Amino acid sequence: MTAANLLTLAQAAKALRARSLSARELTRACLDAIAKAGALNAFVTVTPERALADAERADARLAKGEARALEGIPLAIKDLFCTQGVKSTAASRILGEFVPPYESTVTEKLWAAGATLLGKANLDEFAMGSSNETSAFGPVVNPWRRQGDNRKLVPGGSSGGSAAAVAAGLCLGATGTDTGGSIRQPASLTGTVGIKPTYGRCSRYGIVAFASSLDQAGVFARDVADAAILLRETAGHDARDSTSAKLPVPDFAAAVEAGVKGLRIGIPKEYRVEGMPAEIEALWRQGMAWLKDAGAQAVDVSLPHTAMALPTYYIIAPAEASSNLARYDGVRYGLRVADDDLVTQYEKTRAAGFGKEVRRRVLIGTYVLSAGYYDAYYLKAQKVRALIARDFVDAFKACDLILAPTAPNAAFAMGEKADDPIGMYLNDVFTVPANLAGLPGLSVPAGLSAEALPLGLQLLGRPFDEATLFAAGREIERRAGLFPVSDRWWEAAP
Amino acid sequence: MSDPSAKLIKGNTGEWEVVIGLEVHAQVLSQAKLFSGASTAFGAAPNSQVSLVDAAFPGMLPVINAFCIEQAVRTGLGLKAKINRRSVFDRKNYFYPDLPAGYQISQYKHPIVGEGKVTVDLPDGTTRRVGIERLHLEQDAGKSLHDQHPKQSYVDLNRAGVALMEIVSRPDLRSAEEAAAYLRKLRAILRYLGTCDGNMEEGSMRADVNVSVRRPGAPLNTRCEIKNVNSMRFVQQAVEYESRRQIQVLEDGGTIRQETRLFDSSKGETRSMRSKEEAHDYRYFPDPDLLPLEFDQAFVDRIAATLPELPDEKKARFVSQYGLGAYEAGVLVAEREPAEYYESVAKGRDPKLAANWVSVELFGQLNKAGKDLAQSPVSAAGLGELLDLIKDGTLSQRLAKDVFALMFETGKGAAAVVAEKGLKQVSDTGAIEAAIDKVIADNAAKVAEYRGGKPTLFGWFMGQVMKATGGKANPGMVNPLLKKKLDG
Repeated sequence: MTAANLLTLAQAAKALRARSLSARELTRACLDAIAKAGALNAFVTVTPERALADAERADARLAKGEARALEGIPLAIKDLFCTQGVKSTAASRILGEFVPPYESTVTEKLWAAGATLLGKANLDEFAMGSSNETSAFGPVVNPWRRQGDNRKLVPGGSSGGSAAAVAAGLCLGATGTDTGGSIRQPASLTGTVGIKPTYGRCSRYGIVAFASSLDQAGVFARDVADAAILLRETAGHDARDSTSAKLPVPDFAAAVEAGVKGLRIGIPKEYRVEGMPAEIEALWRQGMAWLKDAGAQAVDVSLPHTAMALPTYYIIAPAEASSNLARYDGVRYGLRVADDDLVTQYEKTRAAGFGKEVRRRVLIGTYVLSAGYYDAYYLKAQKVRALIARDFVDAFKACDLILAPTAPNAAFAMGEKADDPIGMYLNDVFTVPANLAGLPGLSVPAGLSAEALPLGLQLLGRPFDEATLFAAGREIERRAGLFPVSDRWWEAAP
Repeated sequence: MSDPSAKLIKGNTGEWEVVIGLEVHAQVLSQAKLFSGASTAFGAAPNSQVSLVDAAFPGMLPVINAFCIEQAVRTGLGLKAKINRRSVFDRKNYFYPDLPAGYQISQYKHPIVGEGKVTVDLPDGTTRRVGIERLHLEQDAGKSLHDQHPKQSYVDLNRAGVALMEIVSRPDLRSAEEAAAYLRKLRAILRYLGTCDGNMEEGSMRADVNVSVRRPGAPLNTRCEIKNVNSMRFVQQAVEYESRRQIQVLEDGGTIRQETRLFDSSKGETRSMRSKEEAHDYRYFPDPDLLPLEFDQAFVDRIAATLPELPDEKKARFVSQYGLGAYEAGVLVAEREPAEYYESVAKGRDPKLAANWVSVELFGQLNKAGKDLAQSPVSAAGLGELLDLIKDGTLSQRLAKDVFALMFETGKGAAAVVAEKGLKQVSDTGAIEAAIDKVIADNAAKVAEYRGGKPTLFGWFMGQVMKATGGKANPGMVNPLLKKKLDG
């Protein structure tokens, strides 16, 4: 029998309802797995007491037959979500000891659905990174290793802790946030399913802001059906977020098996970037073949401004970040390096509190918003952003979904790109356009690289059409199979 | 329009014209802040009215308070301004401990209200039309307290996030008096509308004053901005000082540097705060946490339908309906409450007499006692009762003034005062004739003089009779009786 912590969410929910498994047993199994996974560094904070208390309450409800959708399901929460009474750090020294007196809307919904908090997952500092190496609490290690190579690999980022925890079976699902690919890219690098819904689908209330016009919460799971259940429980309008969409949330779980018969799948020619590994191109072709096999048809589409997406993103995201992070000034909460002079105190506090990548982006953002540069950078970037969004509007006249690779490479070794910010930024080349256009994107594992590392395919949809993404993702998954980690090497690690 | 040439300032080298524009920050009358539900009440304990949004906790998001939007639109309509059905909130970025987010949410390129105008009444009875460039909504900052600790500053965030309307005038004002009159008029309009309490002592209204000087007819010169002037008198003083300072600099061959200055009210002077070069780069950009603010014409129309009669319209109506002079009408409508008071006194009575009593007697007494209308011991009904006693002959104008003084002093009604003090006018022919006879008998020499060809003495005799009756004799009756006896 499968260990409880390795069950899918749907299987576990069924077992819990059948009383063949208790929430306490399930939670214990996850906590034990976490305890043995120190080498992965997937968590900033583990909350065993809270988890067991949650589980006990879940068992009481299960016993009374009052189980809610996620009753007793243990989850990891990206440490960018504020959780009441539980340290919420954004993986930054500046919020290293911050305990919020409030709960984010997304997590509030999860607890209201009966879910259990296992702990706060590690991430790139303030979600800025594509490898999880910028965390103030150390890098997260990918549970996957290359065949015959014991070097530690990155799990992708910024939601690397969430992705690693799901891949390693430390939890049954996890939340993430995706500003430029921070859910989809780590999902691809860890063999997990990750969805970034449409901008406005999930409330941003209580999520530490990186770039407000791009940030969107989403989920990780081990299969498409689980991701659909989790997204259904986290999505919905929230009056506390002015950018949250006033739209009903469809039953995504019910849409998973809807199939893709008759759907037109767009293949954007601009995504065939120079230097893309052949195996990724082959996987992309394979994905299309699978969808055709399921009854869809392929159409060539064009997204002419694709090449401008990355530079556009690296103007808009740092600009918003430079302003969003101004509040971390050591005055009201968080780290303070005291000095009698105000400006010196600001400088000392922020120099000590922020890591190198965060400082780099704050500087870039400050620069592009400055008088004399605003028109050339920020304003121009906004115009290009509008063109990119229009590309998608035009493309979706000819197709119902777009299929593309999630990332241009499989997981890479730690340190490999740490001193190459541009190379690191290129990891987001396929994911960033969806954030700029506010569109939903799903990454689903589709195969293994020559080095036996997981590779994901990405599906992009029309605004608020996550349901179709799940249906198509499921058709790929049905043919590609699941990609569990076979070697739990970290459990033997010292 | 008044003639601007009358406002010129004489310097040593000729005449100068002062050019003034005002940026008025008016706190929106609203229970809650612009982007949070925290209270806006004045005078609460420090940091007791601060929400997580106001204190800029991680992940907190602003949500627009719809009532503040309504108030801004109402104000725009009151300023006869263009209402922009689409406006954008921007972030103005700078670091300061009383600015928790590190940026102020304001409106930069796309304000909620566009061009409008205010008609300013000047003391000489003329009016000047002042252009309004824009009105935008923004958050107030908190308050830094630098005098509580030798080394540290304290921060009170109660005010942080409170909604302000920044109302920017065109540089249409030409003297310190005009600037003060503009501010007075703007305050009256806001108070009529109920969109700002205009309480300058509590900081609900403060002005940044832009001043430059030039030779008459010359193009605009470099201006200086005087920050945060918080009373009409200070605005006037600041403009007077600053224009003289600039004239002196220019006449001494210097140039004016564009700079921000502050007004020191204890010394009555302005001082340099920072030059243009030292000015912040605010890095404005649209706030991505807020969608552009959009509303339909129906929303504007609904607000327009509830707009009260404003000072200018009321003044025009007082002139046409009650036959008042423009100046007197202007005095009565300067505030909503006195105008309402006047109208209730005037109802069914002689409107000119009522206007005189309200604007001269009542306002005079209130002024002397340092009270405002709300604290007046004499109600509109009470004053009306007094006017009725004049009309039916119970009281002369003169007696009525005495009665009014007592009413003001004691808070009693007119009839009660009359009864208590026996101030009723004497209209008994016998009593009046007796008094006249006594005056004639006691002043034989004067009588001879009068009869000998000095009719101007009649007034003196009137006075003697009134004096003899303790002022109570009905003058309308004394006059013919006295005339008959003297001429007889």
